[in-house]
Amino acid sequence: MKKIFHYLSAILAITSMSYLTACASDSLKVATPAGIVADADNAGLKLPNGFSALRVAENVGKSRHIVVTGQGDIYVKLDRVVNGKGVLRLHDSKGNGKADDITGLGNYGGTGITIKNGYLYASSNTEVFRYKLNAKNEVINPDAPEKIITGLGTGQHPSKSIVLDNENHIYVNQGAYSNSCQEQDRTTGSKGKMPCPVLNDAAGIWQYTADKLNQTQADGVRYATGLRNVVGLDWNQQTNSLFVMQHGRDQLFQNWPEFFTEKQSAELPSECMYEIKKGSNAGWPYIFYDHIQHKKILAPEYGGDGKKEGGKDAIDPVVAFPGHLAPDGLLFYTGNMFPAKYKNGAFIAFHGSWNRAPLPQEGYYVVFVPFKNGKPSGDSEVFANGFSGLAQVNSPNEAKHRPCGLAQGPDGSLYVSDDTKGTIYRIIYNGK
Amino acid sequence: MKQLIASLCLLLVLMSFQTQPKKQVTAKPKTTVVTTAPAAGIKAVLVRGKAVYLQQCLACHQSDGGGVAHLNAPLNGASAVVGKDKEKLIRIVLKGMKGVDIDDEPYNNVMAPHPELTDQQIADVLTYARNSWTNKASAVSPAEVKAVRAKIK
Repeated sequence: MKKIFHYLSAILAITSMSYLTACASDSLKVATPAGIVADADNAGLKLPNGFSALRVAENVGKSRHIVVTGQGDIYVKLDRVVNGKGVLRLHDSKGNGKADDITGLGNYGGTGITIKNGYLYASSNTEVFRYKLNAKNEVINPDAPEKIITGLGTGQHPSKSIVLDNENHIYVNQGAYSNSCQEQDRTTGSKGKMPCPVLNDAAGIWQYTADKLNQTQADGVRYATGLRNVVGLDWNQQTNSLFVMQHGRDQLFQNWPEFFTEKQSAELPSECMYEIKKGSNAGWPYIFYDHIQHKKILAPEYGGDGKKEGGKDAIDPVVAFPGHLAPDGLLFYTGNMFPAKYKNGAFIAFHGSWNRAPLPQEGYYVVFVPFKNGKPSGDSEVFANGFSGLAQVNSPNEAKHRPCGLAQGPDGSLYVSDDTKGTIYRIIYNGK
Repeated sequence: MKQLIASLCLLLVLMSFQTQPKKQVTAKPKTTVVTTAPAAGIKAVLVRGKAVYLQQCLACHQSDGGGVAHLNAPLNGASAVVGKDKEKLIRIVLKGMKGVDIDDEPYNNVMAPHPELTDQQIADVLTYARNSWTNKASAVSPAEVKAVRAKIK
């Protein structure tokens, strides 16, 4: 019984961390944009001192990734089309922070969206398109996108998250169509395939040319492998390198009860942030990372027992979080609105777990990790909490909102999307 | 340790029930199932079915039977669960399932086959799923499971 209380109190400690964070001392005293007023209830969010939030829009559709233009317009990639449109442009014509002019384009659902070099890029689960923007970052011809990549495979991890570097490359996630490359997927005691064939055409990041039409996977380069599924990713301009958040494998207890307890299975494997270089291998499906032992552990499908180490060639994570939190958004903050400690640090939107049952679910919040010189420089903290609207989530269906995408506004505001009801949040700093 | 886990599960299950809306608790299909099986028998079936559910189904389909958006199919209110075609339902448990659309919502995760469960266990857990949350449907018998198992062998 004692152990139970330890566990429960640990969870409470994690979830209450954010309320204790005070950061007024290193304020940059950046004024809140004129006319922008936080919602009286801070949009239902709990934030560190000095921060507040407003709902820019509500019920716009299942909002996956988002991007904000230099003019403050928001492009939202919808998971599924709403009224025939899969990309929304949210415009605030009154300057009060609320989107009152919503238009759409694109007839496909999906996840990825970004802006680079005068183009809006957006992805379905099988293709990547781009649209030329005018000087005001408006799409010039919404009905005639250029098809950059086509024919990508889908399966149980279909999202195609996208990001560009500064050398005309676009990076696309190709999620594994398997949990742990078992002979029989998600089946108790089923061994792993050796070698794992999924690694040939999935479970990695592929690099393509950003301006070449109709590329297929064969035209791309497998830039990184051994990544089960990446939804949140960003190009770090300080290190000039790709950072990704991996969704770790599920069902350690359900498939291997002889090696893992339900509690271990809820905590493991770690959800990892990796810095990716060309050729990086993160080790899936042969190993998983264990943030409690601080080791790469051989997967039970490949002879592991929860203790045996493996993955000598696999990279180590930059940061490791508890299991199943589902990191769906990653953003390196380069703005000037927030206090100095946030500059160049990482915000991560954790969509929230399902594979912790029968234990309570975790996640459903935005976490901040401070960085210095391209490396984590301190403990992570829960930055924005309260999306679920509940003190404890037992089943993901109970959560009122689930954070997914992150974007930075021209003034340094942080935007968060919700892919349950489609609320777009804007977090501002007005501390003194 | 085993006892600890068991008591933890029980605690959490109790907690989760407490958080459910009252309506669902009172909606327990007592009267409905009485018409399909002797009252004393059905109670035992539901208790046994719940035990199988907690062990085999809960992790994916969740305590509220709601599944997980995009990933794991819901059981609560699902036509495949409460529908008349019990054979189809029994087949899903015996053969597993892969990538289904329900009401135009895709569910992408693979469901493992469960041929290792006995006819009795499958009958119990399906009867439980057909009579939990807001579901109300007739019981599934071990004989029905046996017949389907024989067909697919």
